Amino acid sequence: MRLPCPICGERDRREFYYKGAALERPAPDAGEAAWDDYVYLRENPAGDTRELWYHDGGCGAWLVVTRNTLTHAVIGAELASEAKA
Amino acid sequence: MRFSGFRVLKEGLTGNKGWTPHWRDPDPKPEYDVVIIGGGGHGLSTAYYLAKEHGLTNIAVLEKGYIGGGNVGRNTTIVRANYFLDGNSEFYSHSLKLWEGLEQDLNYNVMHSQRGLINLFHSDGQRDAFARRGNAMINQGDDAVLLDRAGVEKILPYLDFDNGRFPIYGGLYHPRGGTARHDAVAWGYARGADQRGVDLLQNCEVTGIDIEGGVVNGVQTTRGAIRARKVAMVVAGRSSQVAAMAGMRVPVESHVLQAFVTEGLKPVIDHVISFGMGHFYISQSDKGGLVFGGDIDMYASYAARGNLPIVEHVMEAGMTLMPMIGKAKVLRSWGGIMDMTPDGSPVIDKTHIDGLYLNCGWNYGGFKAVPASGNCFAHLIAQDRYHPEATGFQLDRFRTGYGVIDEEGTGAQHNLH
Ligand SMILES: Cc1cc2nc3c(=O)[nH]c(=O)nc-3n(C[C@H](O)[C@H](O)[C@H](O)COP(=O)(O)OP(=O)(O)OC[C@H]3O[C@@H](n4cnc5c(N)ncnc54)[C@H](O)[C@@H]3O)c2cc1C
Ligand SMILES: [Zn+2]
Repeated sequence: MRLPCPICGERDRREFYYKGAALERPAPDAGEAAWDDYVYLRENPAGDTRELWYHDGGCGAWLVVTRNTLTHAVIGAELASEAKA
Repeated sequence: MRFSGFRVLKEGLTGNKGWTPHWRDPDPKPEYDVVIIGGGGHGLSTAYYLAKEHGLTNIAVLEKGYIGGGNVGRNTTIVRANYFLDGNSEFYSHSLKLWEGLEQDLNYNVMHSQRGLINLFHSDGQRDAFARRGNAMINQGDDAVLLDRAGVEKILPYLDFDNGRFPIYGGLYHPRGGTARHDAVAWGYARGADQRGVDLLQNCEVTGIDIEGGVVNGVQTTRGAIRARKVAMVVAGRSSQVAAMAGMRVPVESHVLQAFVTEGLKPVIDHVISFGMGHFYISQSDKGGLVFGGDIDMYASYAARGNLPIVEHVMEAGMTLMPMIGKAKVLRSWGGIMDMTPDGSPVIDKTHIDGLYLNCGWNYGGFKAVPASGNCFAHLIAQDRYHPEATGFQLDRFRTGYGVIDEEGTGAQHNLH
């Protein structure tokens, strides 16, 4: 599996650290339910998913990668700093 | 049909013509008292104990594929009770005791083999941690022996003890740990449930859960609608999809775990060996294949197959630990869909919907739990009370922060277990 880093180009999966689903962080005072949802509960889709990967063996950028969990096909990647949730 | 030595002999002498199918292939009834979604190890054992211990026999197990096609037939079959934390300790201890009586109980040869499990350590700090774990196991009433280097050398002489990075200081020996034949566990429970009147419905995928006014009253399936007073979700890696049918989000991420087997070899590895520092473990099946594996691939996946980095990592770890396996040829590798939770421990609980129950979150260690999980889940479904050996696996422990069971001590967070 290779991930297309917008800065470094297509790189081996081993260069990346996997964080998990790319979710919108709730406001600090959003309440317990919103935080439970963000920290623990997951949609965990069987199909396309957006997730955070960190290019620690490369440029050090956080990426939002769109990937298919059924086929492992990588659909695209953008910088997390530029991605909309 | 009962199995016995006499029966095997008689069938052997008469052309094996008298064997009958292990279970019926019934059509779905319009209504059951309990419908269990998922015909893996946990769903089947739940059905078995509901029928055996709670007198509920109007039950169906709905399996979208075939019995034994999920993780229950894909795992590396390690059975052990070497947990450390309250919540886990008593539960896995209960499970191991059920394993020890399982073949007599089921009248089925599940090839449970208590060949002993050794967890290796490579530093003074790790030795202390394992001594502490061993004490916890003994306090729980289970068995543990702390071996020094000479003690390990005696039983596992073929390891590389002087490896530069991970010299072997000793191991925590769990004599009652071992393996079992995974398929036979599924078949044995399936047969036992069927004999007690449970309908096993294969090729029956649940596509919807019917809920009215906060009460469950049945399911939609590819073989038609089925009404039920109680519905139990036991679908391991598919828990998120099935829970979503009830409008629920669960604390589960599905990941891929791979395993490998070599060509059949003469007996060489008599125990289960776990090399935690290298993320590697190995045993030898009764057919002679070396069965081994490592860590999950570490990204969400439903593909039931993994990628090459982990293959390479596992092979390297194996060579580091026991260079002698280098000439063995790997025959097959495969993957299963693991239901990972934030703290690495499972869920056996009711839900906020009346009559709807959830059993999931087995991570990479749910095979050994099959007997106790079914036993305790059946208790919960039948009596609406937790079984005394399974009170800690509550669904809302993450929300409340109370009772999180983080065996690895890394923090209750997805992607850390
Ligand atoms: C490679 C590997 C190695 C492992 N090694 C070990 C080990 O050494 N020791 C150990 O203790 N554990 C081990 N495990 C973990 C263990 O196999 C699992 O935790 C356990 O089998 C999961 O429970 P189960 O048997 O009920 O799951 P499964 O057998 O996966 O059962 C779930 C069933 O639900 C069905 N299902 C899903 N969706 C639906 C639907 N909508 N309708 C109807 N049915 C549905 C599936 O088809 C499946 O048959 C390993 C797992 C893997 C993959
Ligand atoms: Zn990069």
